[in-house]
Amino acid sequence: MSATAAITGLLDFRRLDLLATGNSALHRLDPRAHVTVTLVFVVCAMSFGRYTVAPLLPFFVFPIAVVAMAGLPVAFLARKVAIVLPIALLIGLPNPLFDRESLLSLGGIEITGGWISLLSIALRALLAAAAAIVLVAVTGFPAICGALERMGMPRPLAVQLLFLYRYLAVLGEEAVRMTAAREQRGGDRPLSIRLYGTLVGRLLLRTWDRAERIYLAMCARGFTGDFRSGRAARFGVPEVGYVAGWCLFFLLLRTSDVTHWLGAAVLGAVQ
Amino acid sequence: MHMADALLSPAVGGTMCVATAATVAWCSRCLRKEADDRRVPLMGVLGAFLFAAQMINFSIPGTGSSGHLGGGLLLAILLGPHAAFLVMASVLIVQALFFADGGLLALGCNIFNLGFFPAFIGYPLYRHLAGDAPGSARATVAAMLAAIVSLQLGAFAVVLETVASGISALPFGTFLLFMLPIHLAIGIVEGAVTAAVVSFVRAASPGILSTTVQPRRHRAGILGVFLAVALALGGVGAWFASTNPDGLEWSIARVTGAPEPEAPQTGVIDDRVGSSLAGVVGGSITLVLALLLGYALKRKPRD
Repeated sequence: MSATAAITGLLDFRRLDLLATGNSALHRLDPRAHVTVTLVFVVCAMSFGRYTVAPLLPFFVFPIAVVAMAGLPVAFLARKVAIVLPIALLIGLPNPLFDRESLLSLGGIEITGGWISLLSIALRALLAAAAAIVLVAVTGFPAICGALERMGMPRPLAVQLLFLYRYLAVLGEEAVRMTAAREQRGGDRPLSIRLYGTLVGRLLLRTWDRAERIYLAMCARGFTGDFRSGRAARFGVPEVGYVAGWCLFFLLLRTSDVTHWLGAAVLGAVQ
Repeated sequence: MHMADALLSPAVGGTMCVATAATVAWCSRCLRKEADDRRVPLMGVLGAFLFAAQMINFSIPGTGSSGHLGGGLLLAILLGPHAAFLVMASVLIVQALFFADGGLLALGCNIFNLGFFPAFIGYPLYRHLAGDAPGSARATVAAMLAAIVSLQLGAFAVVLETVASGISALPFGTFLLFMLPIHLAIGIVEGAVTAAVVSFVRAASPGILSTTVQPRRHRAGILGVFLAVALALGGVGAWFASTNPDGLEWSIARVTGAPEPEAPQTGVIDDRVGSSLAGVVGGSITLVLALLLGYALKRKPRD
């Protein structure tokens, strides 16, 4: 990754992170509600069979509705989600090659199972990415960590996640500075492994020193190995309603073929 | 080597999440027992370091392409296996959330494949081969072998998880023959890079590495168990791959009672595809409705 690409990545990270500071009704819900709904969403959407295409489409209602209700920037999030598409197509590409059995005939053109499952994989990838990105955008990373901890995640991992999150941008910038300095002196060809070892080893030593300084600074402020968050969490009526509503919706989509009914009704009305 | 949600069934993803959660709980308990406050910020910052190190690319000799560090083995050498596993888990969670890398359902698989094998199989192997005060050549060979073993096991786990999920149409044998050689190459590079970083650190600041040397406890025994498991897995895999490419699919279908994936009968096509004309029309309508709904619900920006 060149220095510019790395900077873009860091800026995107920051922008996504700042979205959670919004103040819509959804932003104000207890983070546990968002985490629960997202997990149920992912499990329901990913539990369809290999050849499912149409029943996946109504699941897009969830990310779209959350983005709209929380007033999040659509274009930015759509771009973040769309990044997964090339990878999804790549990992799905073997399907048309191996699965050549014809499953569907549309206007005389035979469509094999492989192409249908490729389409299914692409939709799944978009849904999964949208779920994750929207969760971060509406909840925020520290709140997600807090929610996971209250839902049973061990304390050391929660503390680790918060620390990692706080220093991600700091060390990212350090790496960008090192890369930029090298690019300005010696072109932008990738490093040899030996030089990489030196560069990254140097970064590691700086990291280690920084950890030592952080530790001493935190000791001076009364650090005992834990983070404390001052916020009180409340899982009240709005949260229960939010979780129950979405879960019922997902179960309905999962257990009945809504798209089929809707399509049949419309086709019937047209005829 | 990230698994993606799109290729994963909830049964496989859920199972791996449980396995990973159990390992996280066990590692957390081990770390709590050691109670070293100093390590808390160190672990956090090293997780961030791994991100930063992955932003820098190196050239892979003889190919013209470039790669980046995986880091599981390096973390285990610096921090010991339990802390390394938690750091790896935290890095993968951030990647899944902020960069949609892999996905939430696949987190269990990814943490296990990329964290468990380097920390609990690769690292003991490295310690065993490198000894306490290795010369640079010996440390390099040890790191390479440890990285190769970790990545081969990780790649094998990816193949198992993918095939067991039944979303991808890749046959078990083909997928395995594709994944293992690629990850042999990746393992050699990963080992070389890990050794390069470790040897720089050893030369520049030897104190860092000596802090992580732990007393040997049943190391040989654990190593033996892991090697036996690895060989058994490899042997079973090779047997499946060579004698009966579809054996695993078949046995999984038998075990789970799921219908076999291949059963071409024209009568059931509509059911299986779930996308007859009505389905396609209905799906498109719901998508349009969803977009309209989003438009209607969109909050007006405040003045």
